[in-house]
Amino acid sequence: MSAYLHAFGAHLPEHVVSNAELAERVNCTPEWIESVSGIRERRWADDHTTVADLAVAAAEDCLARAGIKASGLGMLILASGSAPPGFPGPAAEVAARLGLESTPVLDLPIASAGSLFGMALAARLADSVGDILVVAAEKMSAVIQAHPLDQNTAILFGDGAGAVLIGNRPSPRRILHSVLHTNGELRQDLAFDWKAPLKMNGGTVILHASRKIPSAIREVLEHESIAPADVSTFLVHQANQNLLVRVAKALAVPPERVFSNIARYGNTSSASLLIAAAEWSSLDTPPGPVVFAGFGAGFHWGALVAG
Amino acid sequence: MPDDTQKRLRNLVQKIAEKPIPQDPDESLFESGVLDSFALTDVVAAIEEEFAIKIPDKDLTPRKFDSIARMEDYIASRTTGA
Repeated sequence: MSAYLHAFGAHLPEHVVSNAELAERVNCTPEWIESVSGIRERRWADDHTTVADLAVAAAEDCLARAGIKASGLGMLILASGSAPPGFPGPAAEVAARLGLESTPVLDLPIASAGSLFGMALAARLADSVGDILVVAAEKMSAVIQAHPLDQNTAILFGDGAGAVLIGNRPSPRRILHSVLHTNGELRQDLAFDWKAPLKMNGGTVILHASRKIPSAIREVLEHESIAPADVSTFLVHQANQNLLVRVAKALAVPPERVFSNIARYGNTSSASLLIAAAEWSSLDTPPGPVVFAGFGAGFHWGALVAG
Repeated sequence: MPDDTQKRLRNLVQKIAEKPIPQDPDESLFESGVLDSFALTDVVAAIEEEFAIKIPDKDLTPRKFDSIARMEDYIASRTTGA
């Protein structure tokens, strides 16, 4: 597999929804929201903004950072679990708005693990396809407001989009390996279909995420004979700060090694991994392997390591 | 008088929760505020270590570990084949 990470991008709506604002609407306190999630605020897009709007903005940011035009892409993959139902999915609109006329595009409607699955797929296709833009965009505010707000889910989610360019041209970050898993037996424990409120059996989700994320990370690292302690940064789906701390503990690495921006954006489902990566890549990043990991509805989960 | 398994479970949960455990083994540890979902992940890991069992994915549900009695039942089912 010859696949490399070239650039990341992100887009967050401007409107900030604080814990104080949300707490009033769901009958709790801002302090409680932060204690159970680590979230202080999140961004919500306005009524007119679509998943495709968010995706295009993140895609353009990523392409600008990579210094290439959309016309150079061999493929576009769009992950979103919050796009309106029906077909075609939002990938076709995003491709059209980027000026693509015959480049193949693919929707991945699998929610939180979608960006990780998109990255792994791109890494496996890059040899033959060339540059692949993976975009993850979510308007989770529409999901949680499609029905009366539920305290347990409304406090968690935010809107946003992230993107990554993966290709077969060499760059300093080579993708070494990825692992993907799905267990559909538990699909009803985290599910949404617009006809009913978002269903989340939080206890089961946390139990499984706490075990499966570290397990997938160990699996991908063992394949490359890399110890968790030698990984410079773990970029993990920003589901809950308490979960990120558990992941660090399970891997016996310092908690600060697991990148976190959930306090500012909440859980943006599939977008969170790439928004985190875009922020991380703008920092003076330490040398050494970097791990990406995701978990979400399905359950789908996995990990990817880049050197 | 709690049996050995119950005593070991009480010690294990108390160590993780750092809160008094209800006397009634049937009382929900979640509703009584002793455990939350994240603490339960530690309890499950501690049960695996203490009783030398591997809890499979299909059994990873809070309902099976909601109270000391349910934990006891689960361990009995795993160690006796019940």
